[in-house]
Order: sequence, then C-alpha cells, then structure tokens
Amino acid sequence: MVGDGKGDPEIGVNAKEFLSFREVSKYYGVGSSRLHAVDGVSFSAQEGEFISILGPSGCGKSTMMMLASGLIPVSSGEIHIADRIVDRPYTDLGIVFQNDLLLDWRRVLSNVLIQAEFRDWKVRQFEPRARELLARVGLKGFEHKYPHELSGGMRQRVSLCRALIHDPKLLLMDEPFGALDALTRDQLNLDLQRIWLENQKTVLFVTHSIPEAAFLADRVFVMAPRPTRILEVINIDLPRPRALGIRESPEFATYVRRILDIFYSMGLFAS
Amino acid sequence: MSRLLGDQRMSAVLVRTPGFSCIGALIIRYGYPFGLAVMAILLWESSVHILQVPEYLLPAPHIVALSLLGNWSVIWVNVWPTLAEILAGYFLSIIIGVPLAIAIVYSRLAERTLYPPMVASQAIPKIAIAPLFIVWMGYGIMPKMWIAFLIAFFPIVIDTVVGLRSIHPELLLLGRSMGAGSLRVFIRLRLPNALPNLFGGLKVAVTFAVVGAITGEFVGSEKGLGYLLTSASGNMDTALVFAILVVISVIAMVLFVLVEVLERLVIPWHASIRLRGTGGQ
Repeated sequence: MVGDGKGDPEIGVNAKEFLSFREVSKYYGVGSSRLHAVDGVSFSAQEGEFISILGPSGCGKSTMMMLASGLIPVSSGEIHIADRIVDRPYTDLGIVFQNDLLLDWRRVLSNVLIQAEFRDWKVRQFEPRARELLARVGLKGFEHKYPHELSGGMRQRVSLCRALIHDPKLLLMDEPFGALDALTRDQLNLDLQRIWLENQKTVLFVTHSIPEAAFLADRVFVMAPRPTRILEVINIDLPRPRALGIRESPEFATYVRRILDIFYSMGLFAS
Repeated sequence: MSRLLGDQRMSAVLVRTPGFSCIGALIIRYGYPFGLAVMAILLWESSVHILQVPEYLLPAPHIVALSLLGNWSVIWVNVWPTLAEILAGYFLSIIIGVPLAIAIVYSRLAERTLYPPMVASQAIPKIAIAPLFIVWMGYGIMPKMWIAFLIAFFPIVIDTVVGLRSIHPELLLLGRSMGAGSLRVFIRLRLPNALPNLFGGLKVAVTFAVVGAITGEFVGSEKGLGYLLTSASGNMDTALVFAILVVISVIAMVLFVLVEVLERLVIPWHASIRLRGTGGQ
C-alpha cells in the first residue's frame, strides 16, 4: 500500500509526536448497505504541524477528521493523541466546519464564549481573550453584532475565534473556507497562517483545493477516493510566512503539478 | 454565564421594528387592510339593499352593528366563559404538546407509539366526539377545554418536532466536542433552534383553540359565545349570529396578535421577524 508507512517518516529529531493514526479504518452501517469510508490510514503528526488533507469530494476526509476528534469511533485501528488512545470525544480541540454554525440568537462575542460556557469555565475570564482574538481577525467593533449582520467571511472568522478561544492543542478544519468567494478565501488563508504562526497548534485541514492545501501546509496528504487512504505525502518546503504571490512561484507550481499527477494516475479528471 | 444570559435578555427586549419612517409606509401597513374591509362592508351593505335580501338570510352590516350594540351586555357576559375555555385548552396543549414533541424527538419508542394515536385523534371529527366529552365531563369548562386541546396540541407537536429535528448535525458534534452534556445541548442549542418553528405552531394552535372551544359549546353548554350562537340561530336572529361571529373573530385575532408580539420579543434574531414584508430579500 502506498499509504502505509509513507505518512510516518520525516519527523525531525526534536519534534514531538502529537497525533497518530495507526491502521485506522471506518465502516458505516452493516450488511449490504455497509459503507467503507476510511481504509487503513496511518500517519503521525508532530506537535504544531500543519497538515492538509486533500482529496476529491466525498472521499472520506471529513470522516477522518471526526475520527481524530473521537466524536465517532474507529471501526479498527487506533488513534493516539498526546500518547493517549482516543476512545471518547477528545475535547482539547477546536473544530471549524464549512458551515460556520454560529448561533443566530447570540451576539458575536457570546458565540465565541460559548466554548467557555459549555465547558463550565468562568466566561468572564475568557472575555478579554475573545475580544483580542476577534480584533486579530479584524472584527474589532463587531463584538455585539448578531451573526446575520455579518458577511460569510466574517462569520467564518468568528467561527475560527470560537475554535481558538480555549487555546486548544489541536485544530480540526473541515473545508472551512469552501463556501467563500475566492478573494475572501485568500484573505482567510493569510489570517489562518498568521494565527497559526503566532501560536503553533497541530492543524488538520481538510480541503479539495490543491493550491489552498499546498499554500497552508507543512505536509499535504493526498487522499484516494472512497474508501479513502493516503496515496502520498508531499512535504511543502516553502519559507514562512508565505505571501499569496508564492502561488505564482515555480516551486509552488511543481508541488501543484506533483499533486495533480497523483490524481491523474488515480484516473481522476479523465475526460 | 449570568452576563451572557443578560445579553440575551437585552437582545430579546430590544426588538427592532422595521423603520416605517414615512406616512406612505403607515398607509400600506394599516390603510390597505382597513380600506379593503371598508370596501367589503360597503359592497355587502349595498348588495343587500339592491337585491332586497331578507334580514333572516343576510342582514346588512349596519343591522349587525346595531345588534352588536343592542345585545352587548349579554354578549359581554358570554365572552368570559369562552375565553377561559380557549386559554385553558391552549395552555394545556402547550404543556402537553411540547413535552410530547421532545419525547418523540429523543425516543424512537415514543415516536412509534405516540404518532399513530396522535394522527388518529386528528382524523376523528371533533364535533363527533364532543357529545362523548359532555357525557363524561358534564356541562362545565372541562369538555370544552379538552376539545380545544385536542385540536390545538397537534400543530404544536408537529412544529416543535420539526424545529427540534432541524438542528444542524454538525452543531451537535460541535457541542459534544465542547464537552457539553445532552441536557445542555438541548437547552442551549436544540431548544432555541426550535423556537421559530414552535412559534409557528403556537400561532396556528391559538386559532384552533378558539374553534375547539366554540365546537364544545355547540354540543352542550349553558353559557359562552357558542351557546349564544346556537340560541340566536334557533331564534332565527341572524343579525345576532353575525354579531357573535364578529366577536369570535376579534377574540381570535387579538390572541393571534398577542402570540405574535411574544414571538417578536423572544426571537427578534430570526429571519421570519427581521425580513418581514421584504419577500425575504
């Protein structure tokens, strides 16, 4: 299998392994309607590493993300986070979905603080940090707006703040910018990179955009269609912080080409 | 936490009313429906006169108005028992309907066992079972209250179930990833999310409760607007029948508006309130 073993290497000597998948498979349902979503995925991510999971729509990328969070159980194999096996929801994480999932009846600040509220933490203590996070993504002055008063890009920024307010070790992002227009998406890619550089968390970033995956990630996992498995791991050795212009560079073009070639060899995009 | 709650209450109180800044908007808001009503009454009045319709068949509006004024004291006395029946049946349908909806959403067993009898209860004409209720519960408020309940609880249950189910599945995952238990997920996520639908049900139900109470009074009662209606039609006093119908519709409209005001106070954030009259633009 191409995927086996290929995800494991290239961990630096000093790097700490934070998250690892060991031969993880996932089936949904039983009998004839059984759906094989994830097929023997193994990899490990270092602490503070940014990993893009890139694959065609509906291939099972989102399932991988949910498995990592412990919100849905694995069918076989094991997932470890910080040397502990994930057998129940792992809560020291933030999740951003494609849908911002803001609560319409709460103001922006209150939407961000829901993390603290739901964890029975002192909401007041988190308020300064919430304000600071919102300011960092350009939403100063919007704290008391309702979600419906915000644009799609602003809403997704609030959602990102909600995922970061409790300073989690792991950030799971499931096509977070997929519903946004191209310009907003670029801006949010820059925002995300900046925030990640300031406070390096381990990120699993699911996307089906090749440039987005390569632009953001330390490593890109190229996934096969369902049942998904890692086809290849591509290291993106580009200096940070990366400017949008880097996407025009020959190095970047080479990465994109390599990823495209993998998809071509899988029979995708066949005309 | 208390601060957050405070914020929400604040937001609930600060209802934003769409800006009717100019008189033109006021005319559109109130003038058009009023004008339509006046035109309908004029048309009615003139056609009754032109076509020489006998009063016991269709009294002219001014006859109805005179009857309403002349019989006001007897109508007024009979408004209260009916209103009590309506409100009792309505509150009963909320108190029973909402928990029923929650049970149906959370338990497969409850869904399978409760849905069939619920649907069956709606298929039976209320007027047909009203005599049974009278036999069982006598002539007091009880049979009317239960008939009103029987009609009104159904839209509440159906709409609340739809509302509770319409939550984004990923929002539930998100709630669990924050370590929230199912009670908190219910109170903080599912229930507020269901409120717009719940209010839809409450608005339909309040008019149904009026129908239920009047139906109960038709079958057996010693007071109330339904009782007055039967006796007026027995006396061929068609003008009084119309006058009572006017009163009943006014009661239904006032109750409906009250629920709508409550809705505006509770869910000012919802699109159905914010975008009213704009065609959803």
